[in-house]
Amino acid sequence: MGNKQTVFTHEQLEAYQDCTFFTRKEIMRLFYRYKDLAPQLVPLDYTSYPDVKVPYELIGSMPELKDNPFRQRIAQVFSEDGDGHMTLDNFLDMFSVMSEMAPRDLKAYYAFKIYDFNNDDYICVWDLEQTVTKLTRGELSAEEVSLVCEKVLDEADGDHDGRLSLEDFQNMILRAPDFLR
Amino acid sequence: MWKQLKKHRSSSLASSTSGGESLSEEELARILEQVEDKKKLIATMRTKPWPMARKLAGLREAQEFVEKYEGALGKGKGKRLYAYRMLMAKKWVKFKRDFDNFKTQCIPWEMKIKDIESHFGSSVASYFIFLRWMYGVNLVLFGLIFGLVIIPEVLMGMPYGSIPRKTVPRAEEEKAMDFSVLWDFEGYIKYSALFYGYYNNQRTIGWLRYRLPMAYFMVGVSVFGYSLMIVIRSMAGNTQGSTNDGESDNFTFSFKMFTSWDYLIGNSETADNKYASITISFKESIVDEQESNKEENVHLTRFLRVLANFLIICCLCGSGYLIYFVVKRSQEFSKMRNISWYERNEVEIVMSLLGMFCPPLFETIAALENYHPRIGLKWQLGRIFALFLGNLYTFLLALMDDVHLKLSNEETIKNITHWTLFHYYNSSGWNESIPRPPLHPADVPRGSCWETAVGIEFMRLTVSDMLVTCITILVGDFLRACFVRFMNYCWCWDLEAGFPSYAEFDISGNVLGLIFNQGMIWMGSFYAPGLVGINVLRLLTSMYFQCWAVMSSNVPHERVFKASRSNNFYMGLLLLVLFLSLLPVAYTVMSLPPSFDCGPFSGKNRMYDVIQETVENDFPTFLGKIFAFLANPGLIIPAILLMFLAIYYLNSVSKSLSRANAQLRKKIQALREVEKSHKSFKGRATARDSEDTAKGNSKNATQLNKEGTTHHPASPSQTLDQKAQGSRASSSAGRTVSPASQHPLASDQTLAKPSLRLVLGGQPLEGVLRDLPTDSWD
Repeated sequence: MGNKQTVFTHEQLEAYQDCTFFTRKEIMRLFYRYKDLAPQLVPLDYTSYPDVKVPYELIGSMPELKDNPFRQRIAQVFSEDGDGHMTLDNFLDMFSVMSEMAPRDLKAYYAFKIYDFNNDDYICVWDLEQTVTKLTRGELSAEEVSLVCEKVLDEADGDHDGRLSLEDFQNMILRAPDFLR
Repeated sequence: MWKQLKKHRSSSLASSTSGGESLSEEELARILEQVEDKKKLIATMRTKPWPMARKLAGLREAQEFVEKYEGALGKGKGKRLYAYRMLMAKKWVKFKRDFDNFKTQCIPWEMKIKDIESHFGSSVASYFIFLRWMYGVNLVLFGLIFGLVIIPEVLMGMPYGSIPRKTVPRAEEEKAMDFSVLWDFEGYIKYSALFYGYYNNQRTIGWLRYRLPMAYFMVGVSVFGYSLMIVIRSMAGNTQGSTNDGESDNFTFSFKMFTSWDYLIGNSETADNKYASITISFKESIVDEQESNKEENVHLTRFLRVLANFLIICCLCGSGYLIYFVVKRSQEFSKMRNISWYERNEVEIVMSLLGMFCPPLFETIAALENYHPRIGLKWQLGRIFALFLGNLYTFLLALMDDVHLKLSNEETIKNITHWTLFHYYNSSGWNESIPRPPLHPADVPRGSCWETAVGIEFMRLTVSDMLVTCITILVGDFLRACFVRFMNYCWCWDLEAGFPSYAEFDISGNVLGLIFNQGMIWMGSFYAPGLVGINVLRLLTSMYFQCWAVMSSNVPHERVFKASRSNNFYMGLLLLVLFLSLLPVAYTVMSLPPSFDCGPFSGKNRMYDVIQETVENDFPTFLGKIFAFLANPGLIIPAILLMFLAIYYLNSVSKSLSRANAQLRKKIQALREVEKSHKSFKGRATARDSEDTAKGNSKNATQLNKEGTTHHPASPSQTLDQKAQGSRASSSAGRTVSPASQHPLASDQTLAKPSLRLVLGGQPLEGVLRDLPTDSWD
């Protein structure tokens, strides 16, 4: 693969490499994945910074996201207006944070935003209930769900205000041995 | 373009200097500091939690700033050099990036492993990553041995058939090419560079005067040294990532909720399994939580556990004795003439069968113990480890008996050789005028070369192990899958759901098998240099074979569990196995005399004498004196004591540091709690008297806010808290004013903490708050 790609200018690619964890090849590969989601919508020439958004339904059908219970939240968190429709910039951002080269605190920050369903910058009881329901696909009974949420608040709520702030979440998640994905 | 830029800079510099020496020392220092800040920002831009557009804008601005000023900072003549250095630095960064791109391309099997990861989860993939790492290590070892030992001997040593040790004896010659003989590593293979016995004990060979015996010894030592270094480096790398202080038990539910989903899953079947396992895991934890106060019969449990351990120890002893018995029997077999295939391979078959059947047996016995699954898994792994270890060491002990037997026979063989040669040279019927041709190498009576025999045993063990693994996978996984898939149509019960169903990939069994095979390679490579090459081939085929088998016949685990930090557990096991396999080799090198007529150390009293010889003959004399001085026990024992002391000291330092760490953490937490209770207190109090002076105060607050930002006091959490406080303060209008708020000290405190002043007002400040740079975030 030579240097003869015409999608981005040289400076654009360098800037993307500085702002994400990806190499040039990976950025081009991601661009082609993005384009394959909506071939008619996405132009082949990004040198003029076109303003193109791929609707959420197409993003949610990607094989990497299709089975993920939080795909809607993920798309909402990374999209421009919080509606799930993503531009190429958002797309690159999303994959950069999800990649294995991103540091833990960056992932923790975005994980907090994903689990905060009502976007009030706190994970309250309702958010927790939503999370559990999505994780178990409704298999747990209502009292089991509320017991779980209560236990989580017990464990992780440091300032005892009945909901998890970013600090509480970060404190807890950075101790998790498995938290990297 | 470069020239243009330089001209632009020089002109700007000229204009600024001509404009009244505005570039004073402090300004330069300040600009330099700012340039450094911007450069750091550019380097860490990708770790900022901003949306892409903001990152791109920030990046552009920082780059322009750096471009504008970095040339201006070089003064006078040094400026050109400085600019040149900048250019070189940029080129170096680009080169490094391209090199990184290239390096990631070179990692083999990456796509295969990612595929497996998306189907089976990260734990199964971790086995393959471990296998790939092992392959890399073995490749390096193979390169060492091949390049430094085998190639010189083959190229520069005496060719096959020239001396007795390199020739097939006359008695074995007709059968030496038979496949069955070759398969047992006898015949031509035994007398080849793959085994110890082939090597000649000439001190130097070839025109390069390559010191082969010395090289052989040093390569043997460095195999262990390199393996040790790389295992420890890998362990250190793993522990760097996790600064776990063992509090994970406190957060069971939180972890279950937030970290149980494996984001790498890309397959619906796996996802379904994952949902089911998460649900079950939640239910189990709930049940655990509710039952944690249940009374349990302690005595019965203890009795059952003791009984289970007793049974398992019996099993282990039984298997150890069985192996000893079988090895003894095989020695008797080797004395007989017509032995069947089974009798020849009995030892390997028994060992592999034990390795296959004992672990499930242990699991069924362990059902008596009623442990928590995680603890039960650890016990199970420990027991399998003990089983393998016991088997290996019993095998070695039996082999040792064999070696001693061979050694004791050496005297008689020497006598026989002497007399044969004597008779040959003095027999009548030969014209005495021409000197006799030397006895054909194939006819010279040969000593039994114990090192080669040991090497052959290890080779056969490795090969049979590989075969058993292959057959187990084919029968246990593939044929079973075929059976279930095709017989399901005409079978009474649902084969897929009930017994036997599809097989799951047994991670721990496979990893332990891999570790123990590596242990055997380490033990055997000194006596059979070709063993590492065989292992490389084996790992290569195993990689492809197991990748295919996993994708075609296995199903994802019902309880999909994470790979977590069990990686270090396996590395620790590998380290232990490395030490344990070093012991037999070290013992034999130090205490057993080498065979008198085969191998690179033949004729010496001990194998390590080669070092002494080399030091005496090849190094200058003063080096010899230095070595003799260093090897003095009077020097070595204090050195060892010093190392022990150093270890003890470092250990206590690290303990005290971690204790200090924990205390600091507690202090931070306590401070935070105090602050929060203060804030809520103040928030309610100051809300009252701020309502009259809201406007004026908000203006001051914005001013203070600006100063506050330049000193970076606000962290995102605090800004969020303040927003909450602001909303709370505005809503709690009807509170009594506490006397503390009237106190002059209170106002000092609020002034000292500009963040607290931001509580006031609310609406107009929110816009300012949102624009606070979150650099202090890291």
